[in-house]
Amino acid sequence: MNTTMTLGGHFTYFVTIFLMVAGLFIVIARGNLIKKLIGLGIFQTSVYLLYIAPGKLVGGTAPILSDAFTVYSSPLPHVLILTAIVVGVATLALGLALTVRIREAYDSIEEDEILNMDAVPSRQEQA
Amino acid sequence: MAVTVWVIARSRNLFGVIVLGGIYSFLMATVLVAMDAVDVAMTEASVGAGISTVLFLGALHLCKSEEARPVNKPWLPLIVSVAVGAVLVYGTLGLPEFSDPKAPIHTHVVPRYLNEIKQEVDVPNVVTAVLASYRGYDTFGETTVVFTAGAGVIALLRRRRNKNKGDKA
Amino acid sequence: MRHDLILRVIAKLLIPFILLFALYVQFHGDFGPGGGFQAGVILAAAVIFYALIYGLADARKVVPEPLVESMMAIGVLIYGGVGVAGLLLGGNFLDYFVLDHDSVHGQHRGIFWVEVGVATTVSGVMLKIFYMFAARGNADDE
Repeated sequence: MNTTMTLGGHFTYFVTIFLMVAGLFIVIARGNLIKKLIGLGIFQTSVYLLYIAPGKLVGGTAPILSDAFTVYSSPLPHVLILTAIVVGVATLALGLALTVRIREAYDSIEEDEILNMDAVPSRQEQA
Repeated sequence: MAVTVWVIARSRNLFGVIVLGGIYSFLMATVLVAMDAVDVAMTEASVGAGISTVLFLGALHLCKSEEARPVNKPWLPLIVSVAVGAVLVYGTLGLPEFSDPKAPIHTHVVPRYLNEIKQEVDVPNVVTAVLASYRGYDTFGETTVVFTAGAGVIALLRRRRNKNKGDKA
Repeated sequence: MRHDLILRVIAKLLIPFILLFALYVQFHGDFGPGGGFQAGVILAAAVIFYALIYGLADARKVVPEPLVESMMAIGVLIYGGVGVAGLLLGGNFLDYFVLDHDSVHGQHRGIFWVEVGVATTVSGVMLKIFYMFAARGNADDE
């Protein structure tokens, strides 16, 4: 009885962890740079959920003051996550610009091919 | 959302992956509305599903490729991810339950904000008031970060007015 | 050509409403969800929509590049300006209550200008990044 109550109360954390692990898997297991950036985006959105889910009160409402409601969900994580979303899109734009430059320099956006291309000249220098 | 993420991980067509990323952002925005986070949901929908998708498509147009077939089976990353997930599950068992009014997130600063905003600032949207007034310094830093990202992209992608194409480092 | 026509007509109908909605979100951010970031992004999205339908050259004529670049910087300067105004009028940096005769009105003024600054910077940056990505592709095709 106690375990099911705990599991039910923590369900949002499990969802968050699943999304986080999925994003992490995409980042480290896939070699394509654009897919890595999408995986990073999934990871970031799971962190937003991690912060906002504990702020909700069942029976509360959105944190906009009004005379009709008394119970509000906590506005503090909303503020932090708003900043986080905008910073996330800023880093995404920079990452995409870097990807475009890498593509122009190496003519590929697969991580393995780029590392091979970087490794080959050094082997030639040593030879 | 789990289905979307699964297909993103498995699919190799990058265009489809980007569109699925946009769908994922919209689903996340819906979940955020269910969590009473309306400002965050609006920002996530417009930024995640709008601007992110546009930028990804722009970059894809410039890169023009599909994902290559992975060479090895991804066993090691899978094990690492699942191990990290297990550690996180063990860690979150100590966190407060969903919708617990006595959780720290509701007790320290938030009652002061919710009660005193009427006298001090008189702006009904608490999130905007906190963002712009109580935590205005953080928002200043964030605006500077956005500006720096724009300047960085300009620095990375600007073309010099040279005649030889191979000289644009 | 026919498909092009439908898109152009719909774009002409929708873009003013999107711009109006961006202004609404900006100025109504005190009373409902919204605020500077959302408004800036929606404004940039409206101009990107125009650029997608009518071509980058037309969009560049309507919103020229020097305007976008200066919007990026002016937003941050407005924000810093509000902070320095607080300094000059006797309070600390980014104090709003010294900005007007009444403390609450000072807060209103400070929040208004700060949100304007944020929206300007965000829309300028998003638009500039889109312009750079799109221009890079065109230059490659030449």
